[in-house]
Amino acid sequence: MTPDEILKGLYDETMVGNKPAVLELTQEGIDSGLPPERMLFEALIPSLEEVGARFERGDWFVPEMLIAGKAMAGALDLLRPLLAQGGVESVGTFLMGTVKGDVHDIGKNLVNIMLEGAGFTVIDLGVQVPPEKFVAAIEEHQPDIVGMSAFLTTTMPMFKANINAIEKAGLRDKVVIMVGGAPVTQEYADVCGADGYAADAATAVRKAKDFVAAKRAG
Amino acid sequence: MHTVLRSATASVTIGPDQPFCIIGERINPTGRKKFQEQLRVEDLSAVEVDVAQQIAGGAMMLDVNMGAPLVDEVKLLGDAVRLVQSLTDVPLCIDSSVVEALESGLAAYEGKALVNSVTMERERIELILPLVKRYGAAVIALPNDEEAIPEDPHRRLELAKQLVGIATDEYGIPIEDIVVDPLAMPIGADHTLAMKTMEAIHLISTEIGVNTTLGASNVSFGMPDRHTLNAVFLPMAMKAGLTSAIMDARTPQIVTAVKGADLMMGNDEWGATWIAAHRAKQAATQAAEAAAQA
Repeated sequence: MTPDEILKGLYDETMVGNKPAVLELTQEGIDSGLPPERMLFEALIPSLEEVGARFERGDWFVPEMLIAGKAMAGALDLLRPLLAQGGVESVGTFLMGTVKGDVHDIGKNLVNIMLEGAGFTVIDLGVQVPPEKFVAAIEEHQPDIVGMSAFLTTTMPMFKANINAIEKAGLRDKVVIMVGGAPVTQEYADVCGADGYAADAATAVRKAKDFVAAKRAG
Repeated sequence: MHTVLRSATASVTIGPDQPFCIIGERINPTGRKKFQEQLRVEDLSAVEVDVAQQIAGGAMMLDVNMGAPLVDEVKLLGDAVRLVQSLTDVPLCIDSSVVEALESGLAAYEGKALVNSVTMERERIELILPLVKRYGAAVIALPNDEEAIPEDPHRRLELAKQLVGIATDEYGIPIEDIVVDPLAMPIGADHTLAMKTMEAIHLISTEIGVNTTLGASNVSFGMPDRHTLNAVFLPMAMKAGLTSAIMDARTPQIVTAVKGADLMMGNDEWGATWIAAHRAKQAATQAAEAAAQA
């Protein structure tokens, strides 16, 4: 297979969530010396972005998005050691969690995969994460960005509670805080004191990169 | 076991030998941008439409939730309960994650309400169950703890048992006033989840013997043709032992599926309700035709 055939195959098979084929193609790419960054940036990420766009339009559905995400996550497991070895530095550390009282994680997990694909080190605290756990994890991992997800209007107020706890612990100026989730709006993000908001996974990754770049520059 | 809920003038009984209790889900701002904006300026006019449509559709109870960003939920829930009770006499399910809002709703309510909800988390138990007891209400109990929603149906049974034990023994709430939510998860996230919910319903209803309810529309989240999936899920869940659901009461396809299942389950004597609904539909069609000709 030519490099282009491998890339095209990766793009197509990721989109339909064919994990075995994606793993096989990734391995073939590795074996034939195709740079891991090319597989990531020219096939895997564009494919998942297209899935996201189709979902956004209402053409594709949750299971299709999930299996595509799983296929990409499988490829990442193979590529990660090579990316690290190749001197591709972690873009930044992203601490992620669904807020206390909320168990929804489909969107959060997808953002995680996209972030990893974009080169972030992602630490996922899972669901039902209470403020003290966010604080402890910030102290332990010293992330660049803290992401909070809420799917319910009833759990969105936890953003503010978490931010208050982070402030109280004296860590607020150490991290950028991003919020997201189905009911969240830019207006709400502003009101609760977050630094950033994104409506979808692709935008979240773009904004996260911008934040880190600004942080490194400043 | 019978769970009886009351308004000032009417009552409804939830139980395995009763027609399935349809609790309308619509009075809830989640996912309704315009309604959320209205609530910010305390405009409850949409609620009037929601009540009328759900009652016409076959709702036997209504869930009332005012949880939206940047609103005064405590005040709104009290106001909404009063408004809904002025429009209909079906009993209400008072729904909030904010304890003060639950209290405001309960204080405004006339009758015996169903409180939505308490979880197997100490902090929540200690705040919510005293309220339930004080107002003589019934309560929906969710078998999830601080960690997560357990996938394993046996773990859900175990948590439900603990929660029912605490509510009855420590707070003196009669067991018939506890309705357990076995937790409906989106089938789109994992296609094996619905059968786990079915098993949890079966285990909880047979081993604890309590009535059960769940947010039925959750099952079809993220999938196309949600109405059909909801209409398929509910009769299956009823067969597993489900006795009520917070659900879409405005879509005839879904309500009709439940009514058909009532008959199949032996809870519609001689099909009288089914036949009466058919006649009512026929009469409405004829009236519409006559009006069109006139």
